[in-house]
Amino acid sequence: MIPDLGKYTFEVSMSYGIGLALLAGLVAVYVIRARQVKKQLIAAEARKDA
Amino acid sequence: MSIWEFANPRQFMGWSGRALPWVAGLAGLCLSAGLIWGFFFTPDDFRQGSTVKIIYLHVPAAFSAINGYLIMFIGSLIWLIRRHHVSALAARAAAPIGATMTLIALITGAFWGQPMWGTWWVWDPRLTSFLILFLFYLGYIALWAAIDDPDTAADLTSVLAIVGSVFAILSRYAVLFWNQGLHQGTTVTVADGAQQDNIANVFFYPLILSMAGFSLLFISLVLLGTRTHIRARRLRVLFQKEMRT
Amino acid sequence: MIALLLRDLKLAVRSGGGFGLALVFFLIVVTLAPLAIGSDTTTLTAIGPGILWLGALLACLLSVDRIFGLDFEDGSLDVLATAPIPQESVFLAKSAAHWMTTGLPLTLMAPVLGLLLNLPAPALLAVTIGLALGTPALSLIGAFGGALTLGVKRGGLLLSLLVLPLYIPTLIFGAEAARRAAHDLPYQTPIVFLAAITLFAAAIFPFAGAAVLRINLR
Repeated sequence: MIPDLGKYTFEVSMSYGIGLALLAGLVAVYVIRARQVKKQLIAAEARKDA
Repeated sequence: MSIWEFANPRQFMGWSGRALPWVAGLAGLCLSAGLIWGFFFTPDDFRQGSTVKIIYLHVPAAFSAINGYLIMFIGSLIWLIRRHHVSALAARAAAPIGATMTLIALITGAFWGQPMWGTWWVWDPRLTSFLILFLFYLGYIALWAAIDDPDTAADLTSVLAIVGSVFAILSRYAVLFWNQGLHQGTTVTVADGAQQDNIANVFFYPLILSMAGFSLLFISLVLLGTRTHIRARRLRVLFQKEMRT
Repeated sequence: MIALLLRDLKLAVRSGGGFGLALVFFLIVVTLAPLAIGSDTTTLTAIGPGILWLGALLACLLSVDRIFGLDFEDGSLDVLATAPIPQESVFLAKSAAHWMTTGLPLTLMAPVLGLLLNLPAPALLAVTIGLALGTPALSLIGAFGGALTLGVKRGGLLLSLLVLPLYIPTLIFGAEAARRAAHDLPYQTPIVFLAAITLFAAAIFPFAGAAVLRINLR
C-alpha cells in the first residue's frame, strides 16, 4: 500500500505529515470560526427581532 | 450591471454562499487526486529518489503563498480606491492562508534540502525571500489584530500591504544581489520551448492537479474567511445596538 | 516646516532621552559584540561591518516610536494637522529631525567604533558612506512604522515586526558595501543601490506616512 520510499522515508513522510497537518489545521480554524460567527449572528438576529 | 455589484456585501453573501460548496468540493477533489497520484503512483527520480514526491506539496504551497500576497495587494488597492468593504475583508482573510502556505513551503523545502543539499537551511535568495515574505504576513496579521476600529484597521493595513509589496519586490532583488543561490530555477513553465530542462510529464500532471487543488483551496478559504468577517462585522454592529438599548 | 524641525531637534536635545539613547545603545552593541564572539582580530574584521550595521539598525529602531508617539499623546499632532502645512511636510520634517538626532551621530561615530572592530581603512570609509546614505531611509521607514502603530497601545513589538522586514534591502546593500570594501573589492554598486533606496524612500514615504497620519487622526 504505502510505496517504498527508500532511504528518504523519514523526510518524505515528515514533510507530507507536517504539510497536510498544517493545511488541515488551517481549514479547521477557518471552518470552526465560520460556524461560531454564524451561530452567534443568528442568535443576535433572533434577539433583535424578538 | 457592473462588475462592482458583486462586491456589494449582500450580493457577495448570496453568490459566495452558492459558489462555496462547489469550489470547496472541487478543491478537495483536485487536491486529493493530485496528492494521492503524486504520493503513491509516481516513480522515484533517478537522482532525488523518493524526495521528489515532496514537490507536490512544496511547489503548490510556494505558488499559493505568492499569489496570496497578490490577492492581499489587489484587495487593499481596491479598498483604498473604491472603498468596497468586501475587498478589504478578503485581503484580511487571505493573510493567514498565505502565511500558512509560506510556512508549508519553508518546512517541506527544509525536509527536501536536508537529504539533497545536506542542510536544512541555507541563506539562499529564494529561501531568504520566503522567510521575509513570512515576516510580512505576520506583521500584516498583527496590525489587523491590533487595531480596534474596523475601517481604520482596513485603511492602515492596506497602506502597509502596498508599501510592503513594493519592499517585498525590492527585498527579492536585494537578496538576489546579496547571494547567488543553491535553489534551482523554476521548472514549471507551462508553455516553454526548452523541454529538456523542464520537469518530465510523469511528474508534471499530478503537480498541475495539485497546484489547481491548492489554488481552489485558497479561493474557497478566502471566500469562507470573507463571509466570516462580514458576519462578524454585522454581529459587532448588532452588539453595539444592544449595548445602547 | 523648518520651525517644526527646529522644535523637534530642541526637544530631543533637551529631554536627553532620544538623542543620547541611540548613540549609547550603538556603543554598547559594538562593545558587547567582541566580548560575545571573541577578540580574534581576523574574525572581527570579517564581521565588523555587519555588527556596525546591525547596531545602527537596532539603535534606529529603538527611537522610532518616539517620532510621533509623544506628540500623539499630548495632542500636538492634532494641532499640527490643523496647521497650514500639509501632513507630508510634517512627516518629512519629523523624520528629518529623527535622522539628525540618530542617523547623523551614528554615522559620525561609526568610523571610531570601526577602529575598535579592527576594520581596515577602506571598510571604514565604506561603512561611513553607507551609513550616511542609508540611515535617512531607516528614519523614513521607521517614521512610517511609527505612524502606523500610533493608535496601538504598547505598539513597540508590533512596530518592530512591521519595520524590520522593510529594513532588509537597506541592511543588505549597506553591509554588502562594507564587506566588499573590507576585501578590497570595488563597492560602488551597493553604495549606488543604497542611495537609490534612500531616494525612493524619500519619494514614497512622505505620502504613505501622511496618509497613515490622516487615517489615525480621523
